[in-house]
Amino acid sequence: MSAASAAPATTESRSPETWSRRREWISYGRRNPTLVAGLTIITVIVVFGLLAPFIIDQDATRTTAFSKDLPPSLDHPLGTDSFGRDMLALIVVGTPQTVKIGLIAGFMALIIGSALGFIQGFYRGPIGTSVRGVTDVTLTIPALLILITVASQVRQVTVESMAIIIALLAWPGTTRAIGSQVLSMRERAFVPIARFNGMSGMEIIFKELMPNMLPYLGASFVAAVSTAILFAIGLEVLGLGPQTTNTLGMTIYWSQLHSAVIRGLWWWWLSPMVVIVTLFIGLFLISHGLDELANPRLRRRV
Amino acid sequence: MSLGYLLRRVGMFLLVIWVAASINFVIPRLARGDPIQAQFAQLETLGIRTSGMDQVVAAYKKRLGLDRPIVEQYFSYLWNVARFDFGPSITYFPAEIGRLIVQRLPWTIGLLTASTIIAFIVGNLLGALLGWPGSSRWVKWLVPILMPLSAIPYYLLGLILIFTFAFTFKLFPLGGAYSTGAKIELAPAFTLDIFYHSILPALSIVLSVTGFWMLGMRGMMVTNMGEDYMIMAEAKGLSPLRIFLRYAMRNAMLPQVTGLALTFGGIIAGSVLVEVIFDYPGMGWILWYAIRANDYFLIQGIVFVLVVSVALAMLVLDLLYPFVDRRIVYVRR
Repeated sequence: MSAASAAPATTESRSPETWSRRREWISYGRRNPTLVAGLTIITVIVVFGLLAPFIIDQDATRTTAFSKDLPPSLDHPLGTDSFGRDMLALIVVGTPQTVKIGLIAGFMALIIGSALGFIQGFYRGPIGTSVRGVTDVTLTIPALLILITVASQVRQVTVESMAIIIALLAWPGTTRAIGSQVLSMRERAFVPIARFNGMSGMEIIFKELMPNMLPYLGASFVAAVSTAILFAIGLEVLGLGPQTTNTLGMTIYWSQLHSAVIRGLWWWWLSPMVVIVTLFIGLFLISHGLDELANPRLRRRV
Repeated sequence: MSLGYLLRRVGMFLLVIWVAASINFVIPRLARGDPIQAQFAQLETLGIRTSGMDQVVAAYKKRLGLDRPIVEQYFSYLWNVARFDFGPSITYFPAEIGRLIVQRLPWTIGLLTASTIIAFIVGNLLGALLGWPGSSRWVKWLVPILMPLSAIPYYLLGLILIFTFAFTFKLFPLGGAYSTGAKIELAPAFTLDIFYHSILPALSIVLSVTGFWMLGMRGMMVTNMGEDYMIMAEAKGLSPLRIFLRYAMRNAMLPQVTGLALTFGGIIAGSVLVEVIFDYPGMGWILWYAIRANDYFLIQGIVFVLVVSVALAMLVLDLLYPFVDRRIVYVRR
């Protein structure tokens, strides 16, 4: 090891190492197909969302762009809705918006949630207890219901403001998951050793605990994103979403409002739903795969 | 059960309710100066006008007493909420919000209790079979079917169910809780009608929740299989069925009961949306109506009652838990 790292990294000395690392990744991927499948699904959706604006004509999402209620055909692969908008274009425009809500809210929830989780798991005494109390109370109150109260008061939400409102209520799950992991990790031998070496609490959290928690943090982030999207679509279906933005949830809301199900306009509600379900399954597989990575006891026991 | 635990748990319950009530008090006052004027200004811009609007405004002015100091407002608000007195609804004026909610509550409780219990039993049984080495192969096939279903929100599953079974095959009604024009009475025919209407909404909850319990139970079973008492039970020559039910499943189920308390909030929130999709006349339905009519005080009342129901269910489950798991009692002392 010392020879490879001490010598200036030439291509000859690095390539076998990268090769073996790549082989390691591939062989791990084979052992954890759940994670690979989930990552593939999400990557496809994200790439699709990034590329699509260049391929699809944005004008097709304007109302009365086409005739109303057309079933899927060659011109409109996913048909048109009762506003005369092309469904394929709507989905293409809506998917990144929904993913965006999930990412903003999920990231904020991860920051808030893991900060409180580390505090609650690591510190004993009044600080830990009070954070735990706040988390327990917040966990008991169904977040979606409070979101409904807030959103019905704010009314005119945008994608960004909705994401922030959601983030303020989506963190307790992360706090609980991270908190319980930290609680068990702080009992391990390396924590007192670090303390004897004169590390402060903060240093132990960032230098000793954080690296060990990475898979859990990853799983918590995915869980937070999926919770945030679930809340967002819930609010949107109730009509509390961003009225002027075409997210996937808003598309379902409009189809509900125009009784698309009982009018037989299946392409209107089914198209956004297929994307949503694929998104949830992808996220679910990733978090399951990360669980397996973090918790080897679960690996291939059954 | 120790008295200290009981007191702590009841204290927690009261704390949750107090926080929820305070959130309801703060939010409208945070947004704008005068909550009444703001509400009615919003109603006017939306073009919603109830006849005798002045009467409603006067009733609310008197009720909220906005000219009094804020602390006084807060305590009179808490006193009202403690008696479940939420004042009159704007859209249904002068009907009391409390009475509107009481009419809707039984539908939601019935639908939720039935589907939660069914999902809990079926999911745990399937999960236990999955983690049991002696169970047949076909059980393993359930994982790839139920796992994706547990990743789908219930209300979206509901849309698929309505389209398939109600719209395309016309096997079930499109929505509602009973046939239009049915006489509401305690007769077998009417009960059957209610049951028939509740199958699809209940199924959409059951299908997606079952997978969740199944996965949790499987993990628990696997961890339990290696325990000493399992080997002991086998060595004693007990029948496999007895080992499965009394030793493996009973012990694996205990954490699941705690899980039930923790997921209850999510189930309630999700079922609100199921009711919207199925036009089911419970709390979710009236909440949707209130949101569309911008009846903020009605929304507030519904949300508060739902929060209290969730907290109450969790309290009851937590207090019953020591009776299910005797080890807890020992630890608490």
